[in-house]
Amino acid sequence: MNTVTLGASRIGYELRVYFRQGDSVFFTFLFPIVMLSIFAVAFSTSGNIGSAPDGSGGISFAAFYVPGMVAAGMLLSGVQNLGVDIAGEKGDGTLKRLGGTPLPVFSYFMGKIGMVLVSSVLQVALLLLVARFAFNVALPTEPGKWLTFAWVFLFGVITSCVLGIALSALPRTGKSATAVVIPIVLLLQFISGVYLNFAQLPGWLQNVAAVFPLKWMAQGMRSVFLPESFEAIEPGGAWNLGSVALVMGLWLVVGLILCRLTFRWIRKDS
Amino acid sequence: MRASLLVLPTVVAVPVAKPWALSFSISTLRVRVLTQTLWFGLALGQGECQFKGIRPAELPTAPRGCKLGAMTIDVPAVQVRGLTKSYGAALAVDGISFEIHDGETFALLGPNGAGKSTTIEILEGYRNRSGGDVTVLGVDPQHGGLDWKAQLGIVLQSSGESGNVSVHEQLTHFAGYYPNPRKVSDVLDAVGLTDKAKTRISRLSGGQRRRVDVALGIIGRPRLLFLDEPTTGFDPAARRQFWALINQLKNEGTTILLTTHYLDEAATLADRAGVIVGGRLVDIGTIDQIGGAAAKVPLVRWQRDGVEHAQRTSEPAALAALLYAQAGGEVDGLQITRPSLEDIYLDLVGNPAAAAVEETI
Repeated sequence: MNTVTLGASRIGYELRVYFRQGDSVFFTFLFPIVMLSIFAVAFSTSGNIGSAPDGSGGISFAAFYVPGMVAAGMLLSGVQNLGVDIAGEKGDGTLKRLGGTPLPVFSYFMGKIGMVLVSSVLQVALLLLVARFAFNVALPTEPGKWLTFAWVFLFGVITSCVLGIALSALPRTGKSATAVVIPIVLLLQFISGVYLNFAQLPGWLQNVAAVFPLKWMAQGMRSVFLPESFEAIEPGGAWNLGSVALVMGLWLVVGLILCRLTFRWIRKDS
Repeated sequence: MRASLLVLPTVVAVPVAKPWALSFSISTLRVRVLTQTLWFGLALGQGECQFKGIRPAELPTAPRGCKLGAMTIDVPAVQVRGLTKSYGAALAVDGISFEIHDGETFALLGPNGAGKSTTIEILEGYRNRSGGDVTVLGVDPQHGGLDWKAQLGIVLQSSGESGNVSVHEQLTHFAGYYPNPRKVSDVLDAVGLTDKAKTRISRLSGGQRRRVDVALGIIGRPRLLFLDEPTTGFDPAARRQFWALINQLKNEGTTILLTTHYLDEAATLADRAGVIVGGRLVDIGTIDQIGGAAAKVPLVRWQRDGVEHAQRTSEPAALAALLYAQAGGEVDGLQITRPSLEDIYLDLVGNPAAAAVEETI
């Protein structure tokens, strides 16, 4: 079997294992959907955001939170899911066993990234269905918006996966993985415009967030799901999709280099 | 267990139709090729060898024991010379040398922390050595590629996978990694898990999970199988079943390196054994030879005036008769024992409780 066939076989295997773990399905797969529901219900009586002075127009809180939750899902599926998952596999001997077989490292990565891609596509589809039918959020109809959605989504998920694989080298044990990974992703979600309105954060915090990829994923998704009238409150007054691609691309390269440098089947001589 | 199980096509060297080769074909000269000349020898050997019963795609990358003209090249499956491994200032392995020949079953014995697992993990490619030379199937394990790994079967000492897949799914998936795997149903049968094929690994008992480990070790039809304390957690019946499996693999020509704490297991399965104590190889040989001739001399024990006495002698009956005459009747607590492998082993590893008291009457 060649590397790609084995990678495809790994994707099937990984997906099966993933969806059999009740806790990770709930906390990673359903998390953005649960959060969207909470925000939509909590603010259901608060009126619209971005309304005209006479109270007309604007969008509901549910609609306002959709792009942030899509971006959070991309980050969680990649960084949190893989960071914790691979550190755990390192800790429980799974990787040691695989390292003793002729499975190529690339096939293993392909399995992980493929698993995340499939599960995150399902996740975002479910999220949008819930937004549309449970909370009556109007979804974009222009093909151009969906094209932007597609590339930001794929690019973002793959970057997240690579960063998750790189981050899995950090925890010393499988048990400490959640303690290392979750604060990082939680902090990023708060400063990158997932839970809090990015436009209302202080400028210096916006600048800090701009170093990391989540801010750009969220910005790209806002350009898809929010009306044109919201573009003006973005930093620089524009969606700035060129920078979205540039920053995610830089992080992808950094992540790939880190993976190459840090990934080992086992900690030799531990 | 099925008798037809796990039949490995036999590699047969056929004399080559060249007059010069035929004229020397009766020679049984065996030449051991040094590592440095190994690849030269194999390169020549591949051209001269025919393999019966295997399609070319199934050939192992390095043919074993090819006839090269008049000579058979006997390349050790494992060759270890002056192996050392240190962790900081601590020396875990201190100058070990041994060879395992093709088709041989070799047991590494020794107390916990003696360096057995460190040695085996260096051979498996998991750890880098600090010094010495090692080849495994002709390759330095520190630089072993995927083709090399495809010829190995590894059963690690511990495995703590959560195991959210069934036994059958896991074996089927792992079989896909290897170029010429065994049939999943045959392997399930061999390890006695046919009834548990559909059960998630996480729901198996410790002994059953260990059998999954063994199954994953042999699914790829390895040329060389590493078994690091494979029967830990097995009940007696499971151990016997495991022994039968190992004997079957031996009959098919699998080379096996085994570590175990069960001396009866080593005596049953291994052709040769090495005893490691404190990172050093203190003895090596066939099971009969371990401990040296002196260790197998029968031991006579008796009591006189409430004091224990013991003496090794090759003529135990004569000593007993002498004691009988001296005592003027039956001798208190008289025992004549031939040391078991376990006694010999405990002597070797320096267990004071078991060391026989040597004295003369």
